[in-house]
Amino acid sequence: MENLNSYLIVSAILFTIGTIGVLTRKNVIVIFMCIELMLNAVNLTFVAFSRYLGNLDGQVFVFFIMTVAAAEAAVGLALIIAFFNNKESIDVEDINIMKW
Amino acid sequence: METLFFLIITLIAIISAILVITCKNPINSALALIMTFFCLATYYVMLDAPFMAAVQVMVYAGAIMVLMVFTIMLLNVRVDATKTHSHKVVFGLIIGFFSFINIAYVLVKSQAALPTGPYSGEMIKKIGHTELVGREIFTNFLLPFEITSILLLVAIVGAVILAKKKI
Repeated sequence: MENLNSYLIVSAILFTIGTIGVLTRKNVIVIFMCIELMLNAVNLTFVAFSRYLGNLDGQVFVFFIMTVAAAEAAVGLALIIAFFNNKESIDVEDINIMKW
Repeated sequence: METLFFLIITLIAIISAILVITCKNPINSALALIMTFFCLATYYVMLDAPFMAAVQVMVYAGAIMVLMVFTIMLLNVRVDATKTHSHKVVFGLIIGFFSFINIAYVLVKSQAALPTGPYSGEMIKKIGHTELVGREIFTNFLLPFEITSILLLVAIVGAVILAKKKI
C-alpha cells in the first residue's frame, strides 16, 4: 500500500486540473465535467483519509457527495438545455444578461 | 510491484484529466473523464474500499456520464475549432499553479488534527466493507440519509420543470 501523501498529491493534481479547466474553457458542458472532476478529487481525499485514520465517516461523506453530484448533474444539464433553447449556444460568454 | 501499479494508474489518471480540459470535442472530453473515473475506482480498491469503487463505477461512470453524453448528443453543437479557449489561459494556469501548491500543502500538513477511528484494514477484510459502511450510514448518519431522498425528489422536479418548453 502506498503512503497517504501520494494519494493526497494525486488528489491535489486532479483538483488543480479541474480548476484550470473551469477557468479557461468556454464550453458549458466541459466546464460542468471539470466540476465533476473536482468533486472526484475531493472524494479521493476523503477515502484516503478515512482509510488511514481508520474512520469510516469519510466514506459515508463520499456517498452523500455522489448523491449531491447526481442531483447537480440532472439540474445543471436541464439548465444547459433550457439555455440552449433560448440562445442556440452553449458558450459561457453568451451568458451575459446579468453582466454589467 | 504495487508502487509501480500506483504510478501507472496515476499516469493514466493525470493524462486523461488533462485530456478532459484540452480536447476540442466535448464527447472526447466525456470519454477521457470516464477513464479518470475508472482510475479513481482503482484507487478506491487499493484503499480497501471496494464498495466505494463499485458505487463510483455505477453512479459516476454509469449514470452521470450517460446523462452528459445524452445531453451532448441532444444539443448537437458544431465544434468550433477556433474558439475552444477563452483568452485567459495564462491567467488560469497561474491561478492553477498557486492553488496546487496551496492545496497540496494544506492536505499534507493537515493529518494530525483529524480524529482516528477503530476500523483497521484487517477488520474491513474480515467483516466486509459494504457491511461496515451500511452500519455507519443506517446508525450514525440516518438523518442525512433520509434528507438525501428529499434532495433527490427536489432535483427530479426541478430538472423536469427546467427542461420543459413552456412553463
